[in-house]
Amino acid sequence: MIFSTIIYFLIFPGLLFASIAGGFLSWFDRKVTAMVQFRKGPPVLQPFYDFLKLLLVKETILPAKGSPVVFMLMPILALVGATLACVFILLPALNITSGFNGDILVIFYLLNIPALAFILGALASGNPLASIGASRELKLIISYELTFLLILAAVIFKAGMRINLQEIIMAQADTSFIGSISGILLFIAAIFCLQAKLGYVPFDIAEAETEINHGSFIEYSGSAYALVILTKYILLFTLPVFIGTLLLGGLSFTGINIVYSLLKILAIVLLLILIRNTNPRLKIHQAMRFFFVWMNLLVIIAITLSIFGR
Amino acid sequence: MTKTIIPIGPYHPLQEEPELFKLYCKGEIVKDVQWVTGYNHRGIEKLSESKTFEQVFFLVERICGICSTSHPFAFANCMEEIARVEIPDRAKYIRSIIGELERIHSHLLWVGLAGHFLGYNNVFMWAWKYREPVLELFEMITGNRNSYAMFKIGGVRRDIENHKIPTIRKVLDTVKEKTDLLTGAVMDDPVIHARTKGVGILTKEDIIAYGALGPTARASGVAIDVRKDDPYAAYASVHWKVITAQEGDVFAKAEVRLLEMYESISIISQCLDGLQQIKEGQVDVKVKEIPEGIGTGHAEAPRGEVFHFVKTDGSNYPVRHKIRAPSYMNIATFKKACVGQTISDATIALAAVDPCYCCTERMAYAYDYASREKILDGNELVKMGQRKTEKLRRQIKRNR
Repeated sequence: MIFSTIIYFLIFPGLLFASIAGGFLSWFDRKVTAMVQFRKGPPVLQPFYDFLKLLLVKETILPAKGSPVVFMLMPILALVGATLACVFILLPALNITSGFNGDILVIFYLLNIPALAFILGALASGNPLASIGASRELKLIISYELTFLLILAAVIFKAGMRINLQEIIMAQADTSFIGSISGILLFIAAIFCLQAKLGYVPFDIAEAETEINHGSFIEYSGSAYALVILTKYILLFTLPVFIGTLLLGGLSFTGINIVYSLLKILAIVLLLILIRNTNPRLKIHQAMRFFFVWMNLLVIIAITLSIFGR
Repeated sequence: MTKTIIPIGPYHPLQEEPELFKLYCKGEIVKDVQWVTGYNHRGIEKLSESKTFEQVFFLVERICGICSTSHPFAFANCMEEIARVEIPDRAKYIRSIIGELERIHSHLLWVGLAGHFLGYNNVFMWAWKYREPVLELFEMITGNRNSYAMFKIGGVRRDIENHKIPTIRKVLDTVKEKTDLLTGAVMDDPVIHARTKGVGILTKEDIIAYGALGPTARASGVAIDVRKDDPYAAYASVHWKVITAQEGDVFAKAEVRLLEMYESISIISQCLDGLQQIKEGQVDVKVKEIPEGIGTGHAEAPRGEVFHFVKTDGSNYPVRHKIRAPSYMNIATFKKACVGQTISDATIALAAVDPCYCCTERMAYAYDYASREKILDGNELVKMGQRKTEKLRRQIKRNR
């Protein structure tokens, strides 16, 4: 039991699997972006080279004016949070174990941990640019989390008030939720939430290279930054899988369904990449207004429609 | 609550050159700005006094990599005023063509950079790809993609042969097509509107008070353009209009630059018409000697008016050479444009004037960090330099 738990966390579907899958999705992102911009793009293994170089070769520099313990601990916490979320999503989604009642809420909280850990890490670095980044990230969390929670509420409602991921997948056995009008609205809102959670343009406000020099992550280097980008790879895999499970009818790895499952994930990631490449960065108050007013309105309309069975 | 200092520079992804702006912020709002210069001083004006007039062209060409023809243009105008030389019509047309091609590539470069500063890397990559044909055209005409070495006193160094004109026109057509595409992408994007409209507004009064130039001034409704106000080269003999906008925000500056590219294409096309009617070959007049005197020359660089002043004494070296680049006037408007805005707005407001620090840097002085008192000014630094040179000289003598 303990042995299988460790395997679940470290190998499959946890750390190793999620980071390799996320690394390939990261390569896919860079390749598509390069093709859109008339460039050639990196080789397939480039994300892994990046990670290994940071982990093994580059020097890790600690900020002189910060709190080194918190600063170094936070990337680990973020990595653990992201990996746990991935395990809890994939175990029921791949039908390995049946999950537990209320796991969807646990996943919701676990998916929050990376962002919160990055905020604490940024504040522990003692850099003014990082503190600006942290304050922006905090404002961003406040704005998109409500929308994300409402999306979960709508999905729970559509699944007949069930808060178990496997039962939500079961409820989509005949038609997935995106087959209805409310499902499409929820999907649109969810894509923008993912964009914000991943820190992609137009919501890369907390990093904002040309404004605040990668904000929250400015002081991270070497192995600490390697963990940060590993967390990002895992999130890039986990979040599309989560949305695919909630709205697109889940994943399946039997027979021809493998292709469909992969296409679902790739389609969601492609959508994220295209939004990223066709928009400039928003300002933080614009992003807050976007989520508080428009996205919440969209989700509330979706919930109302689903009450009438649409 | 204390104010946080958010540094833009000396090395920052926002700018390609070293320059430090300290934004004193309360939360996200910029309360005050301090501009610290002196990272890039190269002593061009002093160096110029040790070069012959022919060499100065190559020196001033290297003041700035992007507007590398504006400085030779202004210097040529200046020297021809001193020598009282009238250059041949063909040279006038060729000069205007080079100047306008440079404006097109500089404005395309700016559009790309502005996209990058907003996090819109697609615009960055696309604009720079579309800029490529212009650089190839430069290579065809002058032999260089940048720093063209085309100007000399009394004319230009190379002719544009008439058989090259159809190729130039063809490239201009593709550039125009791509400019249409970029203009459409920038002007119609709602998120770009949200990011740039009403940001970094400079009123007409601000522009006049700061003496700002070029697209920065024209975007606020001040129709200042040396090509129109004091025509040089072939600008008096072609038809074009000065593009202005009234709003004075970042979007207006982008609009002015994009529309100016169309005007430049039209000017080049008219100049090519002019070239076709003149016999090939006559592109310069011989200037035997430069008399004693003073002269001024302007040229409208992509960023505004470049101004050169030269004093000569009858020898073949300038006695005094004063250069004023447009960014020197334009960067100062940043304070007005960014105080009271958020950090996000401040960065794009700075980028909107298209600052060029290598043109701007003149003299540095050291100050005490705590009390902000000036310790050394220009003269003292020069004296310190002389003292150190003297010390070294004595040391070398002793070692011998």
